[in-house]
Amino acid sequence: MEQLFFYIFSIVAIVSAILVVSVRNPVHSALYLIICFLQVAAMFVLLRSPFLAAVQVFIYVGAVMVLFLFAVMVLDLGKERLKDSMHSQSILGGALAIVLFFIAFYLVYNGDIVAPLGAYTETALMKNTEVIGAALYTKYIYPFEVVSLILLVALVGAITLVMRHKDN
Amino acid sequence: MPTITHYLALSLILFTIGLAGVLIRRNIIIVLMSLELIFNSVNISLAAFSYFLQSINGVVFVIFSITVAAAEVAIGLALLVTVYRTRRAVNVDELNEMKG
Repeated sequence: MEQLFFYIFSIVAIVSAILVVSVRNPVHSALYLIICFLQVAAMFVLLRSPFLAAVQVFIYVGAVMVLFLFAVMVLDLGKERLKDSMHSQSILGGALAIVLFFIAFYLVYNGDIVAPLGAYTETALMKNTEVIGAALYTKYIYPFEVVSLILLVALVGAITLVMRHKDN
Repeated sequence: MPTITHYLALSLILFTIGLAGVLIRRNIIIVLMSLELIFNSVNISLAAFSYFLQSINGVVFVIFSITVAAAEVAIGLALLVTVYRTRRAVNVDELNEMKG
């Protein structure tokens, strides 16, 4: 049953990801990207992390995609023709991506896990948010503070970049 | 039950699609969207490792990764709006001022 859902979600995710990079209208790209993000959230549910799925829906589908749609609206991008959508190094780039795919596929297919298993079994992960919160506020408190600083800098930076100066 | 190889294969396919989008497309906004695809594929593989190794570290790292990705999108789109205002260009091959 879980396998069936995995295949459904992954096929939808892959098809919508291909559509994101291949359709010509940026608004359609953004909408297909929303579908792909929702499938990734479903993957997090299959991986027994409902907290991550909620964060994915809130931040990616809620905030990031609204930003993208705003940018498309502000920039007034129309449809582009097919020969406009690629540049002179596109063929080389596509070939490199395919080569990387086969190398990494070989590694994934032949790899083996040798690390020891940790303490968080499926029953311990039932209280998912509690477990993550406890780890985040004890063991990972220093990275947590650094990330909050990154968010502050990004906020100030984004406002400073877009602000128009009236004096000149 | 899907094994870790299934999740890693899905992550790899999404990563390759995103990488191809970054390398092939001309429009900067599509390039940024493909970058988000790459972030998501990496998040899937981190969460999969976390689940199959029965550890919480991967999940915590995914939270940090999502936060940094949100900051990156805000800065990237602000840069894009600034570049569009000054140059009226949104294609990556037209922005070649720094070419040596």
